[in-house]
Amino acid sequence: MSGPSKYIPQSGFEKWLDKRLPIIRFANDTLIDFPTPKNLNYWWTFGGILAIFLILQILTGIVLAMHYVAHVDFAFASIAHIMRDVNYGWLLRNMHMVGASFFFFAVYVHIFRGLYYGSYKEPREVLWGLGVIIFLLMVMTAFMGYVLPWGQMSFWAAKVITNLIGGIPFIGETIVTWLWGGFSVGQPTLNRFYSLHYLLPFVILGVVILHVWALHVPGNNNPTGVEVQDVEKETVPFHPYYTVKDGFAIVVFLMVYAWFVFYGPDLLGHPDNYIPANPQVTPAHIVPEWYFLPFYAILRAIDFDIFIIPAKFGGLAAMLGSILILLAVPWLDTSKIKSMRYRPWGRIAWFVFLANFILLGVCGFMPAEPPWTYIAKAATFVYFAYFLIVLPALGVIESPDMPPKSIADSIHPKADKSGAGNPVNVVVK
Amino acid sequence: MSDTSLNSTHEDGPTRRDMIHVATGAMMVGGGAMVAWPLVHQMNPAADTLAMASIEFDLATVPEGSQVKVMWRGSPVFIRHRTAAEIEQANKDDTATLRDPEANANRTKQADGSDGKAQYLIMEASCTHAGCIPVGVGENGYLGAFGGWFCPCHGSHYDTAGRIRQGPAPLNLIVPKYVYLSDTVVKIGV
Repeated sequence: MSGPSKYIPQSGFEKWLDKRLPIIRFANDTLIDFPTPKNLNYWWTFGGILAIFLILQILTGIVLAMHYVAHVDFAFASIAHIMRDVNYGWLLRNMHMVGASFFFFAVYVHIFRGLYYGSYKEPREVLWGLGVIIFLLMVMTAFMGYVLPWGQMSFWAAKVITNLIGGIPFIGETIVTWLWGGFSVGQPTLNRFYSLHYLLPFVILGVVILHVWALHVPGNNNPTGVEVQDVEKETVPFHPYYTVKDGFAIVVFLMVYAWFVFYGPDLLGHPDNYIPANPQVTPAHIVPEWYFLPFYAILRAIDFDIFIIPAKFGGLAAMLGSILILLAVPWLDTSKIKSMRYRPWGRIAWFVFLANFILLGVCGFMPAEPPWTYIAKAATFVYFAYFLIVLPALGVIESPDMPPKSIADSIHPKADKSGAGNPVNVVVK
Repeated sequence: MSDTSLNSTHEDGPTRRDMIHVATGAMMVGGGAMVAWPLVHQMNPAADTLAMASIEFDLATVPEGSQVKVMWRGSPVFIRHRTAAEIEQANKDDTATLRDPEANANRTKQADGSDGKAQYLIMEASCTHAGCIPVGVGENGYLGAFGGWFCPCHGSHYDTAGRIRQGPAPLNLIVPKYVYLSDTVVKIGV
């Protein structure tokens, strides 16, 4: 998609700079002239929304760090200080806290959009893989950020999740002590989590740059899943067409976000985290933030030994595996058709997978008692079955509908009647 | 690199230049490891953390059939004064199917291997699954199917000897090293 640059330096300074550091050319080719398929729907705006939220989290985080104290005796009080005394501290902290939730909501939409429209398929495997790495980094960053207020949920989330690493055979205990910097979650743990919580967003930013780079080589996928064949007829420049469309979506999304920031900053959190951390009392009901619930349910679902694998390690492996398996999706999905629009069975499977993911979230929220333990096991099976059984098998046994011959054909179906009914293999390549 | 006159690879065997390459490479690998280790090791427990004091506790303060939690190494420790019925049940369960088989008698041994007191069960108050504090006697909540402890986080059941019986935890509740200093005073952390 990155064809010859159309940038023509205008002023003398631009001409001078273009011969030395063509950064204006780069920005122009990336954000202005970049040819984008005409038919992207609103599900494609979440990439832009995510970029805005990364910037928002970094900005609010940097200013919060000016007031926060990473010490077990002062951390909780410093959050109260931010909320009550620091000028606009309540706003900045609510923005950061609610921002994490909206960041994850947007990333889930983004991932599920990719799964629906086959955005992980050739030639976008690397683009997809970088996205999975970004998601993993987001999970780590959010987890460590949640520990910082040093409330009850912060402390016990840190304890529960780091303890699980102890389930790794042979070296687990050594790693846990190394992570803690002691014999339990304490001052060294809080201090290093703060350091890493500050570092990782910039690592994310770095991988996001690679992600955008990897997007700009093959260009956007689109709802038909058919690649662009005629750049003139089928694409429009990113600016103003998609800056406006993305901008509109960003504004709508920010409106909902602002409602939560101002009217319900704690609706998505847990009241227990407003109790200072107490290593002597485990909260009756430990639950992670809502965006981790499906993975938490998978972790808890493995409460039985699998042959020689102990339950503890099994749960950890299943939880990590449920994210890492996304890296293999480009090769697990055997269908030649990208978009689920043209896959009658794949489409149903995708909706079942989505419903099952939400069900896993419910299981993660409920106490670890019957019937939820059984439902969580079944839902965990369905989660993995989608990737390991359904996607590989459907590509072989499903007979897909005919995608349009081209994007232009999908926009103006009557322009070229020969398009309909072409064999699939001709259409795709 | 494409230079022919300085190229060191030829049939005559190693040259002085090869020696310099190998030596430089070895120094870089060794130096890299020497720089990396302090960066990794700094995260391990610091000297003041390691210089952990032990604690002494008077068991006479724990009435029969109840349990207290005392802090040791930044985490709580269970001290449970078991009833005769609970000890008997624990002995009976020695023959049950156990995930982490251990006789009840071995659960109250002192650090030097000698027998402790069967009625005082001393264990780290940390579920071996994910480190939550299991619910025990005298607290609000379910004690599990075996009358010992129940971990509310992920549903692990422990019996009256603190042995794992059901749920995701892999091991029995850990017995810290302790010795009796007198008939009722115990020193935890030896």
